[in-house]
Amino acid sequence: MTTPTPPSPPVLLRVRNLKTYFVTEHGTGTARAVDDVSFDLYPGETLGIVGESGCGKTVTSLSILRLVPEPPGHVLPGSLIEFEGRNLLALSAPELRAVRGNQIAMIFQEPMTSLNPVFTVGDQIAEAAIIHQHLSRGAARARAIAMLRLVGIPDPDERVDHYPHQLSGGMRQRVMIAMALVCHPKVLIADEPTTALDVTIQAQILELLDRLQHELGMAVLLITHDLGVVAGHADRVVVMYAGRVVETAPTDALFARPTHPYTEGLLAAVPRIDAPRARLHAIPGQVPAATAWPPGCRFHPRCPYAWEKCAAQEPPLLETGTPGHTARCWLVTEPERKVSKR
Amino acid sequence: MTLGTWLALLVALVVAAEAVRVLRRRGLRSERWRRFFRQRTTSWGLGILTFLVIVALAAPLIAPFDPNKQLDIIHLTNHPPSWTFLLGTDVLSRDLWSRVVYGARVSLGIGALGALMAVSLGTLVGALAGYYQRWVDAVLMRGVDVGLALPRIFILLMAVALWDGLPFPALVIVIGLTSWFGTSRLVRAEVLSLRQRDFVVAARALGADDGRVIFRHVLPNAAAPIIVSAALGVGNVLLLEASLSFLGIGIKPPEASWGNMIADGAPSIYTAPWSTLFPGLAISLVVMSLNAVADGVRDALDPREEPA
Repeated sequence: MTTPTPPSPPVLLRVRNLKTYFVTEHGTGTARAVDDVSFDLYPGETLGIVGESGCGKTVTSLSILRLVPEPPGHVLPGSLIEFEGRNLLALSAPELRAVRGNQIAMIFQEPMTSLNPVFTVGDQIAEAAIIHQHLSRGAARARAIAMLRLVGIPDPDERVDHYPHQLSGGMRQRVMIAMALVCHPKVLIADEPTTALDVTIQAQILELLDRLQHELGMAVLLITHDLGVVAGHADRVVVMYAGRVVETAPTDALFARPTHPYTEGLLAAVPRIDAPRARLHAIPGQVPAATAWPPGCRFHPRCPYAWEKCAAQEPPLLETGTPGHTARCWLVTEPERKVSKR
Repeated sequence: MTLGTWLALLVALVVAAEAVRVLRRRGLRSERWRRFFRQRTTSWGLGILTFLVIVALAAPLIAPFDPNKQLDIIHLTNHPPSWTFLLGTDVLSRDLWSRVVYGARVSLGIGALGALMAVSLGTLVGALAGYYQRWVDAVLMRGVDVGLALPRIFILLMAVALWDGLPFPALVIVIGLTSWFGTSRLVRAEVLSLRQRDFVVAARALGADDGRVIFRHVLPNAAAPIIVSAALGVGNVLLLEASLSFLGIGIKPPEASWGNMIADGAPSIYTAPWSTLFPGLAISLVVMSLNAVADGVRDALDPREEPA
C-alpha cells in the first residue's frame, strides 16, 4: 500500500493495517468494522476522517486508545498503531494508561452523557492532571479554573464547582475539551465533537478547537460526517467507506477534484446556498452490513460508474497525480470509464 | 426512675435535637447538605437515630436498674408501665426501660456492623462481577446463587454447632457473611449498565485505572441503590437477630437485645403487651428513621434529582 509522504516532519501517529473486528451477538459472524485502515498524523496538523454512519470512523478512533469493548470487539494481530515510535497495541495496561489522557486525549460525541453526573466539572477537569501529574488538590483546582478560562467559560471560579447538569450543551462540550487538554496532549482525537450541538454552538466549538490547537501545538484527528466541518478545519482528509480508506487528499485537492465516486457523492449531497434550488443529491442505498461487505470494490453496488472489474477485484489506493492524493478506485487507471449509467 | 436518669434522658434528647439543628443550620451553606435536609422526615430520622445512639452509649446513666436483675420475682412480674418502671417490667420482673436502653447497644451494634459488612461485601462482589464480566462474573454470580439457595437458618445452625453459642463478633460475622447476596446482585446490575456509559469510557480515555474507574466513576453513580439497600439491610439484620434470638441461637440470655426481648415477651403478649410492644416499637423506629435518612442521603448524592 502506498501512503503519501510529505517532506520533513516525522510522523506522530502512524496507523497501519488496522483491523478491528466484532464477533456478532450469536457468534455467527464477524463484523469487520475497521478493515485494513492506514493513515499518518503529523505534528500540529488536523486530519479529518469522513464517512457515513457505520463506516468505521468511531471504531478507528476507539481502537487508537484501545477503548474498543472487548469482547465482542478485538483488534487483529498485524495491526500497528505507532505513536512516537511505540506500538500502542503492544503496550502493557499501565504503559497504555500513561499515554491515555496524557499524550493522546479524546473528546466524545455526546457532551450530555460523557460527564460524570455526580462530580463537579472542576473535579473532572482536574482528574487527568491528578492521574498523570500527581497534582495536589489545591493545584488541581487552580489548574481546572485555568482550563475553564482557556476554553472560554465565563466565571470560571464559580463554574468550577458546578455539576454537569447545571451547564448547557455547549458549555459541557467546552468542559469536555478542557478535560481532554488538561495535560497538553500531543494528539487530540475529536469524535464528532459538534454533532450533538446546534449550529451556532458548533461553530464556536470548532473555532475554539482551532485556537487551542494553535496555542498548544497539538495534532487533531477530527472525526465527522460533516464535510462542511472538514472543509473549514482540516488540513488533510481521509474518506472512509465500509471499514476502508477510499480516498486521502489534502483538503483543497479533495474539494477541487474528488476522485472516488463515494467522495463525489458525499460532496454532491451537501446542500449549497449558492446553487439553484434542486432536489438534494443522495447516494442510493446504504452502507452494507459490516458482516457482509460486497466482494470487489465495496462501493460498487452503490456506484454510478461501476463495471465488471469493480465487482471482481478491489482496487488498491492509487496515486492520482496530485501529491498526497490517493483513491481506491479503478477510475484512476481508466478515467474514460467515468460514464454514469444512471 | 430516679431524678438522675430523667436528667440524663433529657440531656440525651436535647443533645440530639441540638445536633440536628446545628447540622441543619451549617448545612444551609452547602448545596449538598441543603438537598440532604430537604425533606422534613430526614431531620426527624437523623434526630431519632442520634438520640438512640446517645442512649446506647450512655446506657449506664440512663438506665435506672441493672437490666439483667430480677427485681422481685414474686411481686413485680409483668408490672405495667408506671413512674418507677417507665415501660413496665417483664415476666422475670426485669425493668423493661433498662433492658431497652441496654438492648440498644446490642441491637444497633449488630444492625450497623452486620449491615455494613453485608453491604460492603455485596458492593465489592457486585462491582467486580459487573465490571469484569466474563469468567469473573460467572464464578461470582454462581457463588451468589449457591448462597441464596442455602437456607440461612441452616448455615446459622451450623455456625452455632461449631462455635457453641455465638459471641457477639461471631454473630455479626455470620450475619454479615450471609446477608450480602441480594446487594451484590443489585450492584452488579447497576454496574453492568453504568460501565457502558460514555463518562466511564471517557474516564478510561483519560488514563484512569480500573480501581479509579470503579470506585470513582461507577460506584458513586450507584450510591442511591446501595444506600437504600444498606438502610433496609439494617432493618433486616435487626429482624434476623430477633428471629435468631427467638430460636435461642442469637444473643444469649440474660443479656438484652431488642430481638430476644420480643422473644421473651411473646408468651405473655395478651397479659403484658408492653413487654413486646416497646422493643418492637424501638425496632420500627430505627427502621423508619433509617429509611428517612437514606432518602436524604440519596437526594444529596444525586444532583440530577434537583428540582428546577
